[in-house]
Amino acid sequence: MGKQTPLYDKHVVMGAKMVDFGGWDMPLRYGSQIDEHHQVRTDAGMFDVSHMSVVDFTGPDTREFLRKIFANNVDRLTTPGKALYTCMLKEDGNVLDDLIVYYMDENWFRVVFNAATHDKDLAWVQEQAKSFSLEIIEPPNMAMIAVQGPNARVKAGAVFDEPVRSEIASLAPFTAAYFGDLFISRTGYTGEDGFEIILPVSQANDVWRALYGEGVQPIGLAARDTLRLEAGMNLYGSDMDESTSPLESGLGWTVAWDPEGRDFIGRGALEKIRSAGTTKKLVGLILEEKGVLRDHQKVIVNGLDDGEITSGGFSPTLQKSIAFARVSKDIGGTCKVEIRGKHVLATVVKLPFVRNGKPV
Amino acid sequence: MSNVPAELKYTKSHEWVSVDGDVATVGITDHAQDLLGDMVFIELPDVGATFSKGDDCAVVESVKAASDVYSPVSGEVVEVNEDLADSPESVNNDAYTAWLFKIKLSDASEVDEMLDAATYSGVAADDSH
Repeated sequence: MGKQTPLYDKHVVMGAKMVDFGGWDMPLRYGSQIDEHHQVRTDAGMFDVSHMSVVDFTGPDTREFLRKIFANNVDRLTTPGKALYTCMLKEDGNVLDDLIVYYMDENWFRVVFNAATHDKDLAWVQEQAKSFSLEIIEPPNMAMIAVQGPNARVKAGAVFDEPVRSEIASLAPFTAAYFGDLFISRTGYTGEDGFEIILPVSQANDVWRALYGEGVQPIGLAARDTLRLEAGMNLYGSDMDESTSPLESGLGWTVAWDPEGRDFIGRGALEKIRSAGTTKKLVGLILEEKGVLRDHQKVIVNGLDDGEITSGGFSPTLQKSIAFARVSKDIGGTCKVEIRGKHVLATVVKLPFVRNGKPV
Repeated sequence: MSNVPAELKYTKSHEWVSVDGDVATVGITDHAQDLLGDMVFIELPDVGATFSKGDDCAVVESVKAASDVYSPVSGEVVEVNEDLADSPESVNNDAYTAWLFKIKLSDASEVDEMLDAATYSGVAADDSH
């Protein structure tokens, strides 16, 4: 048995199929995964993401430290509550994790790391922090609930009393703030509007129950995966990892090259990769025949292996199978994918596949 | 607990069979559809194809995985459920009305070797843990 979130009993009572995810027992789906997906695209759904790692960096050297360990530049964060998406790289330029960092104040930044990478991330930042004056703290007894969908903000707001209800309604995209004990950000991993709420464990069940009372349905990891895939969002461990750089993972836009003097970890290696020219890139594929694209299937161009699918699945919005694939930089408009020994046709597209609930 | 109708026969690989004269109707069990999740497409055999017991003869592809369906008996396919092309989800809605194909038995004694409902329920229960 793995680790359990504070909402574990809720998932079991709601009939979830539980699976291991990064050492946690998490809900895969409660009923139909496709229905859950549509629920988020058309109304509102909630996800237990309490397995994510919330880590606070505090102290006078915090900004300087984060400028060093993140490929994106925290100097872009100057307004309290503002969030930034970034990769954390190794010296070789490959990806240790991807994360969101929030600016709280000049002596306090909050980071949300992935769940499965928790131990290595903490070991890494503690090692790197040795020559800096800062503290690395994991706030204890925290839960995290994401509410996503076109009606997510209104339905989540209904759970709270005034003035919080009005205040969270005016929270700008990609920002966060404290409302009493609740840290609420207008972020997510579905391509829909919504919030992610970090809250004390003691309140998690009440908030979950209240959201359910507003018609917000529980959504499992399976639909979370197809939602983020349609939205063109990478999954650490599938689309990038310690053997790939952001430049060949569709994440070049997250690397802040300027100013040139900012010597972040991995910069030297990335500059070499950039000047030599990358040979691979991450693209979207839409399967034009029946079947389902799945992780690690081979991509074939002109009869030769050209790369592989990093994340694949069935898109309920497009009613077709879609995938991300790492392929040659000069791939054309179509390719073949090997599915169960057969070569089937796929179209190469730009990401995302779906925006605001509609096919792009 | 998944639904296991008493009047049907079963295989360990989660197919069900209903026999009418010398024709067997074949589908996948409620337990199988529950494990696989939402069906997204189903590849059926050709009418006229012949299979031996245990041959892979169809594929059910769900959001989770593509799974082979094995012919529970030997014989010739005489009809396939064309409706599944447009509505693979009917297997999720009712696995026992959403049959896959009908096969003319070449050896009726093979049906007697299949599992009864009580035995299959035990197989499905073990499989869930």
